[in-house]
Parts: sequence; C-alpha cells; structure tokens
Amino acid sequence: MNTSSLILQARRFRPGFWTAVFAVLMVPFLVVTVLRFTRGLGAVTHLSDTFPWGLWIGFDLLCGVGLAAGAFTLTAIVHLFNIKRFEPILRPTVLTGFLGYAFVILALMYDLGQPWRIWHAIIYWNPHSVMFEVAWCVMLYTTVLALEFSPVVFEWLGWHTPVRIIHGLYTPLVILGVVLSTLHQSSLGTLYLIVPSKLHPLWYSPLLPLHFFTSAIGAGIGMVILESYLSGRAFHRHLEMDLLEPLARGMVVALGIYGLMRLEAIHRNGAFSSIFAFGYEGRMFLVEFVLGVILPVVLMAIPRLRQSKDWLVFSAFLAVLGFVVNRLNVSITGLERAAGAHYIPSVGEVIISLGLVAIGMAVFALCVRFFSIFPEEARAPGSGR
Amino acid sequence: MVVGLLFDTTRCIGCGACASACKEQNKLPGPVEDHLTAYTWTTVQPRAGVSVRQLCMHCEVPTCASVCPVGALHKTPEGPVVYDADKCIGCRYCIQACPFDVPKYQWDRPVPVVGKCILCADRVKEGRPTACAEACPVEATVFGKREDLVWDARNRIRKEPGKYVNHIYGLQETGGTSVLMVSGVPFKELGLKTSLPNEPPAMQTWQVLSKIPDFVGVWAVFLYGVHWITARRETVARVEQAGKGPKHPGDRA
Repeated sequence: MNTSSLILQARRFRPGFWTAVFAVLMVPFLVVTVLRFTRGLGAVTHLSDTFPWGLWIGFDLLCGVGLAAGAFTLTAIVHLFNIKRFEPILRPTVLTGFLGYAFVILALMYDLGQPWRIWHAIIYWNPHSVMFEVAWCVMLYTTVLALEFSPVVFEWLGWHTPVRIIHGLYTPLVILGVVLSTLHQSSLGTLYLIVPSKLHPLWYSPLLPLHFFTSAIGAGIGMVILESYLSGRAFHRHLEMDLLEPLARGMVVALGIYGLMRLEAIHRNGAFSSIFAFGYEGRMFLVEFVLGVILPVVLMAIPRLRQSKDWLVFSAFLAVLGFVVNRLNVSITGLERAAGAHYIPSVGEVIISLGLVAIGMAVFALCVRFFSIFPEEARAPGSGR
Repeated sequence: MVVGLLFDTTRCIGCGACASACKEQNKLPGPVEDHLTAYTWTTVQPRAGVSVRQLCMHCEVPTCASVCPVGALHKTPEGPVVYDADKCIGCRYCIQACPFDVPKYQWDRPVPVVGKCILCADRVKEGRPTACAEACPVEATVFGKREDLVWDARNRIRKEPGKYVNHIYGLQETGGTSVLMVSGVPFKELGLKTSLPNEPPAMQTWQVLSKIPDFVGVWAVFLYGVHWITARRETVARVEQAGKGPKHPGDRA
C-alpha cells in the first residue's frame, strides 16, 4: 500500500453519529485520567480498603480477557483441528482478541497503584503468586496475539519476508497461544481460590479455574458471533450464517458443560437454599445463570432458532451478558457480604471503562478501514492467512 | 529466634499507648484512627465490654506474601512479615487476600503504597521488643519468643480457667501466627474471624500452581498431536485425490 492510496482511504472517512459519541466521551475520559494520576485512586473511584478491587478488575480485566477467548478457540479450530472453513472469520477474531488484551493492559494502567512499575513482574519473581502467573500470561499472550495478527500489517506494508517467517512459525505460535490462554483464563479463577472465607458459596469452588476456563470458551464464541453481527452492520457486510450456526452449536456444548459444573459446585457447597431465598446473592445468581447459561443453551439447542439470524445473535448476546454478570458477581457481589459493605462503581470508574471500550472499538474500525480484515476485501497476493 | 506478641484482653485497659507508640516508631502521619488504615497500623477498640487490639497477625505462612506477584512482602527469619515499598506495583491482591483484612492502601496519594504493622522488624532484629509492647503499661501486650508466649498463654488459661476462654487465638488459625491472643470473652464477639481454616490459604492456590509445568507439557504435546493428525489426514487425502494413492499406508507424504 503506498502513500497516495493511504490518503485516499483516509479521505473516505466521514465523521458520523458514532464518531460524535466517541468525541463527546473522550472529554470526561481525559478529565478523569488527569485526576486519577494527580489525586490518586481514592479521588476518582469508590475503591477502599474493604473493596480494593472494583469495576476495573471485575469488568475491564476479567471480562476483557474472557471475551478475547474467541481468538484462541478459533485459531485452534482452524489451525490445529484443521477445519479451514472457519478461516474467513479468523482475522477479525484474532484482532478482537488482541484489542481485548490491549484494553486489559490499558485498564491496568489505571487500576494499578503504581502502573509505571508494571515491568517489576519481569525481574521480581514470586512463582507462588497467581498474580505472577496472570502477569506473565498477559505479557506473553499479548505478544502471541500481536504476532498472530502481524501478517495482516506486514501484508499491508508490502513486507513479504516477515509474512513468510510468521507463516512458517504459525503452528507453534497457535499452540503457544492455546496453552497460554488455557493458563490465563483459568488463572483468573485461581485468583479467587485464596478467599474461601470471603467469597459466597454460590461462586466459591475449588474448581473455579475450570469454571472460568469453560465459561470463557462459551462466552468467547458468543463474542465471535456478536462481533460478526456488529461489524456486519457497521461495515455493511453479510452475516456468515453457514459459519456462525456451527459455532452456536459449540457454544451450547461449552455453556452446557459449564452450567453442569456450576450446579455441581453449588450442590457440593450446599448453597441451593441461598438461590431460592431470593436474597441479593440469589437474585444476582439467577440473572447470571438463567439469562446467561440456561436460556442461550435452550434456544440454541433448537435447530430452527439456531438458523435464524435474530435468535442466534440474541442468544450470543445473552451468553456474553451472562458472562459479564458472572465475572462481576465473583469479583464484587460474592464478596460484599464478607466485606460488610456494598460497592457501586463511581462515575469516574464507569467513564474510564466506557472510554476504554470506545477506544477499542474505534481502533477496530480503523483496522477494518486500513487492513484487509474481512474476506471480501482479501486481496489475492500474499493473503495467506 | 522466632518472636511474637501475646495480647491479653483481660489485662488491657484501653489506654492506647501501644497505638501512639506505633505511630511514633513508624513515623505515621495523623491521629490514631478507630480502624486500621495505611496510616494506623494498630489501634485499641472497645468490643463486648473489653478492649481489643487490631494489628497484623504475622502469619507463619503469610497469605499476603504468597499472593504478591513481585514478592514485595515476606516473612523474616525472626517472625515479622515485612513490606518492600520499592518493589510494590499496587495490584492490591494482598489487601484482597489477607484472611485477617490487615493490609491497607494509601487511597489518597498519587504514588500510593501499602501500610501494615511490620512487627518493628528493625528493632526485633537488634533484639529489642516492639514499640507497642515496650509502651504497654500493664503488660497486656508482651513481646517474646513465640514458643515462650505459647507456654505463657497456656499457663494463664490453666491457672484461671474461669477467667479465660479456652482458646489461644493465632495458635492454629491459618497455620499459626506470630501474634497470639487470649481473652475472657469469646473471640467472635471481639470482631475476630473465628471460622478460619488451620491450613494456610496459600496451599489452596499452590495445589493448582504446582501442577502448571506438567500441564503445559502434556497440553502442548496433545495439541501438537492433534495438529499432526489433522495435517497428515489432509496430506493423505490430497495424495489419494491426485490418483496416486500411497503404496504403503505407513509412507510419509
């Protein structure tokens, strides 16, 4: 791609409704950012000694990583299980994964007390810490995702040698990505193994790592479907129903296994009574489980609904929503009783989270504009991946 | 020498000399607060008709040290669980994980660090008692070798069984702590956590973390195996389709 066509592409850009929303959101976002780094965490958040982790961990970190799970699932399907027909949706999925991880790292820049020391995890080791494992997974898997996506950028630059090198390394790269993702998704659940006396029995289980891993696969697939639909609308593309329908079947299996594991854990904790007491925790659990697990599984188990675009997208949306509620329940709802306090995120926390999501979506849109992400736009030479 | 503190609610008069001495020793700003903060590392509060101290228990297997990704917290050979502010990145996992809710954060500062009792590690290393124990006018907090303190606590309970609850708080909790407490009122009424396991919480995590190296090896080999099989199938299919099927099924394509 040469400079003149780059300018041509940039000229095609017309500021629309969403660009305006983005611009308006960026003003308070920058204000809160300045306050955060000049006045400290207490000035802009509702975090406290009783609630040291809030929205930025519960939503930005746990959900950002979890919803990026579509990337490792799909790279494994295409490159390890060799089911090549899913290749057309691989690029947007890997891009979503990479941006998800970039979003997580950016959020950590706000959440960590001293983010400029984030590199300390490289030189000061504590292998007994789950957070140490999490830190290394974030670093390594972000690198892997960047490499997995890099051929798209190299193609655009017209650099053929690096494309060939990455191409040759692709299988070990995909295997490394799947291994790191397995560790990372589960380790976010392992984080909460240390608080058996604080986390509510509806969510605590020695199998939390496995719960986090399976639910991430289900919701990650849901995210692939949802993202296909949203980019279809935004970039006027057709929906690949022939690919999304089998993915929905995979989602049913993943969510089904996850649902059974959750029910078994709740049974073992003897916590069923707290669901049907319909207290705070019980209600939040029902929102998460009925909307986010049972409903999408039942809907997508029906072939006729699975083949309908509306029902498919609706079910994927429910799975993603249920996943988000689950992560917020584990990280916030389930800890409130033990803390003896309620946590509601501050306006500042919400603005930063929304702002980061908006930045992620804007970067995705820019990537679609400049790189060949979607199949129709794939050019013949060098479009190996 | 492994040292510790023994606190006795039946002796404490609630004067707060320990908390003031702590502020002075550790140069902590502001007045003594009614709960632990990054600037109040110990405080004496009335509970169930007696006075009870709040402070870091200095676990034998500290949960905070096990969860810290950069190893900013560790237990010294003498017993104190100390904090290296220069390593800390501010993830606050220690605050989240501590079974006694002890570490606190400087929420009001742009460059924040964690604050918690460090059992006067420097003084202890020189063989001196902690500032709080030295300041106590009635020996409600006594400093000594942990094993001597356990002996002392057992004797107090044995000599006056009517005066004490038959439990030494900190002897078993989360695998034992360097700070021990004896009391005339049940510990639950003092606001202390009484349902803590005797196994250190760090073990829960280690059971998972210790399996990672084996898991990585097996999982990576399995995934490569899957890739090898599917790639081989594709090659065989391509060769067969080309009309020259393999003469020997075992041939590599």
